Amino acid sequence: MSELSKGTIIKVAGPVVVAEGMVGARMYDVVRVGGDNLIGEIVELRGDLASIQVYEDTVGVGPGEEVVNTGAPLSVELGPGLISSIYDGIQRPLDQLVAAQGDHILRGSAVPGLKRDVKWRFLPTIENGTKVSHGDIVGQVQETTLVLQKIMVPAGVSGTVEGLNEGEYTVEETIGAVVADDGSRTELKLMQKWPVRQARASRRRLAPNEILVTGQRVIDAFFPLGKGGTACVPGPFGTGKTVVQHQLAKWVDADVVIYVGCGERGNEMTDVLLEFPELVDPHSGEPLMKRVVMIANTSDMPVAAREASVYTGITMAEYFRDMGYSVALMADSTSRWAEAMREISTRLEEMPAEEGYPAYLGARIASFYERSGRVICEGSPERTGALSIIGAVSPPGGDLSDSVVQATLHVVKVFWSLVGRLAQQRHFPAIDWLTSYSFYKEYLAGSFEDKEQGAEFAAMVQEAMNLLEQEAELIEIVRLVGAESISANDRMALETAKSIREDFLHQNAFHKVDTYTPIAKQFDMMKVILHFHEQGLAAIENGAETSDIFKLAVREDIARAKYVDYADKDKIIGITGIIDEQIKALYAPVA
Amino acid sequence: MLKEYKTVSQVYGPLMLVESVEGAKYGHIVDIEIADGTIRHGQILQVEKDKVLVQVFEGTEGINVNDSTVRFLGKPMELALSPEILGRVFDGIGNPKDDGPAIIAEKKLNINGNPINPYARDFPNEFIQTGISTIDGLNPLVRGQKLPVFSGAGLPHDDIAAQLARQATVLGEGEAFAVVFAAMGITFEAAQFFIDDLTNTGAIERAVMFINLANDPAIERIATPRVALTAAEYLAFEMDMHVLVILNDMTNYCEALREISAARKEVPGRRGYPGYLYTDLATIYERAGRIKGRNGSITMVPVLTMPEDDKTHPVPDLTGYITEGQIILSRPLHRKAVSPPVDVLPSLSRLKDKGIGEGKTREDHADLYNQLYAAYARGKEAQELATILGEAALSEEDRNYMTFANKFEERYISQGYYDNRTIEQTLDLGWELLSMFENVELKRIDAELIAKYMPRFRDKK
Repeated sequence: MSELSKGTIIKVAGPVVVAEGMVGARMYDVVRVGGDNLIGEIVELRGDLASIQVYEDTVGVGPGEEVVNTGAPLSVELGPGLISSIYDGIQRPLDQLVAAQGDHILRGSAVPGLKRDVKWRFLPTIENGTKVSHGDIVGQVQETTLVLQKIMVPAGVSGTVEGLNEGEYTVEETIGAVVADDGSRTELKLMQKWPVRQARASRRRLAPNEILVTGQRVIDAFFPLGKGGTACVPGPFGTGKTVVQHQLAKWVDADVVIYVGCGERGNEMTDVLLEFPELVDPHSGEPLMKRVVMIANTSDMPVAAREASVYTGITMAEYFRDMGYSVALMADSTSRWAEAMREISTRLEEMPAEEGYPAYLGARIASFYERSGRVICEGSPERTGALSIIGAVSPPGGDLSDSVVQATLHVVKVFWSLVGRLAQQRHFPAIDWLTSYSFYKEYLAGSFEDKEQGAEFAAMVQEAMNLLEQEAELIEIVRLVGAESISANDRMALETAKSIREDFLHQNAFHKVDTYTPIAKQFDMMKVILHFHEQGLAAIENGAETSDIFKLAVREDIARAKYVDYADKDKIIGITGIIDEQIKALYAPVA
Repeated sequence: MLKEYKTVSQVYGPLMLVESVEGAKYGHIVDIEIADGTIRHGQILQVEKDKVLVQVFEGTEGINVNDSTVRFLGKPMELALSPEILGRVFDGIGNPKDDGPAIIAEKKLNINGNPINPYARDFPNEFIQTGISTIDGLNPLVRGQKLPVFSGAGLPHDDIAAQLARQATVLGEGEAFAVVFAAMGITFEAAQFFIDDLTNTGAIERAVMFINLANDPAIERIATPRVALTAAEYLAFEMDMHVLVILNDMTNYCEALREISAARKEVPGRRGYPGYLYTDLATIYERAGRIKGRNGSITMVPVLTMPEDDKTHPVPDLTGYITEGQIILSRPLHRKAVSPPVDVLPSLSRLKDKGIGEGKTREDHADLYNQLYAAYARGKEAQELATILGEAALSEEDRNYMTFANKFEERYISQGYYDNRTIEQTLDLGWELLSMFENVELKRIDAELIAKYMPRFRDKK
């Protein structure tokens, strides 16, 4: 790569630019376009003609201007300084862009992803003279109070470590070196680079074996996500996709959270930016932001950078996974990503498949989700990391036959179906319990320390699910013939199903207690609801009227259990006692 | 450095191809002098070697290949701005349309703007009182929000837009306020109604109008919202004003965009609209907002008519994915003479939770609207059931909810276009309507709030 190849623009059409004379250019090489040095990427080669998708607005660019090939694919900088950052789709730090350019995003800026002037305290964890190879951890940097960043040997490097010293380093300074058997030396730095479109290697993939606790009742209890698993949240607008994504980002039981706002609303990103630093992690008591990296490419920012943003995000996620952490990546929304692909594809005049999307849409979506997983990481010490992906999909008109939804459902294992009907009733999260599914249900029991309790919870959830199914059938009959004509037991089932919906599944994301429910509290709440059901049936057996059962005062306690702080544990499970008392009073003879 | 060419080689649809051009840049504008000496305006859509594809704003009628002169102005489209724009009427690309003088530019800005850095945005959280209960009480609007009105042919969206422009205020503040109105392909009557309404209330002096009527060139509409927003940005971020932008009607804008796309023979997306419609709409809608450290703000109310009242049509659908909620109008309510006929259940303001509560509106606001929503949803179901089975077949509970839904429509939703209710009046009305239910039914409201607010209304009964 002695001479950087240069070409000349011959065509400009929106975000796509064609240049001639691009000898030696490779697919996905990053180029600098025109006098303003706009960043672009080669997406098509024909002879010495290269089609380039440009990550910035191309107004004012014309034929005759120069294109310079950097000779490297689009890469991100990985190292200390990632956490708490907020980037655009190609890892330019938005906060520093404000300082450099003002309130609007202008073109041609080149602020590096990691700050060059910050010194990090590096602590070696191995002795000089140790033999190392790809992925071995040589030391660590306490990046934030929540994230201890492990410094790993980059890919393709092996040999003996020397000159490794504790000290304060910037990301570009040398912390030591690796000398290979043939005597060649590679300097080690806190920062490494990785091309975003290429998955980072791991030693072995494992199947998920435990669930990712989110504190969202309908998700944890009914449709749990496995650690290292994939989930998809499709729904029409206004059904709360973004709130679900935010809730997960806030409360998910992961070491690092990567939040990719891909082509979404500017004000919503600002909400996240302002809110996250204020929020406290329920597991550690520290500000949540200390374990979050944010990527914000809002819908008005250039479309090509939106296409890149999910890759930028997943590469960072893989990097933290390689340290042995559990990482969760939220992408909101993958439809915008697919649309960006479509837009670029249209400008390249490719033959479209369904709805104008390119024929490779399914393959791109599948390979993106396949970068998730629980893995044994490369290098020593041996460690397992997990990367879970939760992708929102925004199908036009909420139509699930949409290409992006269908391509996503082919690969994901969890499906949270958001429906407009529930959102209109203000039942949030508007996840439809009848059509959603999860392949990770079997691991639910394992999230309890007490095995028996775990098994009991799984059984209770199944019973609740049966009641909801029964409700769906009964409600048709009631519609036709009225509530009086069904049996008392069926009426009890209907009432309990309603209670499960309103008192368990419905969860208020904006209530300070209800926003997060520990799994043990979920157990207690479910137990109370089903206990009432059981006791209600017993009362009917003993001749009590259903209308009297439904009017019992204890039902208000059940309804308000979700708002009870779990510090008052006994207050919830204690409701079972009140139920017994009040139900007994209905049919036990007065002494 | 003006360059003139007489090398037009093709004219088709709204497009024109010019050859042998040197140094043309994508996105720049051109002047076209046609045979009779009149000047038209165009913008470069694509440059390939020396061939330039231009979209002509005023349409290509009368342009011929031999006698047209194209002048490349070497800059993107700009709008001349000064405080004098207030009270003026312009055409769809920013030329004065009233009898006033040309604007002497204090500043010229590119009409495409630049995306606001999300990090520089300030979150919209100041409640705007519109005086309309269904908005203030159930779907509160905040400064910097974009909240479209989804309407249909024959529904009174113009009255609602006018009512918003007339009544919208921020509680307890006397800050500079302006209205920017962009008309795209609407009728003379609709535009005049708006102008008259602003004139009657005196608000016309604080308004800027960009008018492209139904019989004005369709392609000009592509520039209209951008021109209007450039003016709004100037007023908001350079002159510290709180600007309400009304874009009416976005469906016409999208159709103009589709026309260009079809003429370019692009691969169409849904219903013939181009695949980049989402991105294009986003570059318009996302210009609303607040910026840290600046006093002004842009609040946007785009109006769009849904063909056949179909919410899944690409225009309302993509709009809904970008804007922060939507106000949907209901034909059945309009038939029942409920005005404004806001369809409460599918309407939504995504930013409502940030603008309400203690210190902003009142502590009971959030719980109250949740309860009203839930009760009205239940009541609507009962209404439907009653039409199928007859009222007699309803359970007592269902009958109760149906009564509630009827009263809610009569008193809460229906208020007329000239009733300006304070937020207290709206909230109290909600309590009054809910007072027909037992406390235990009001599951969405905190028990303490019920104890505090409900007795007043129970006693009344």
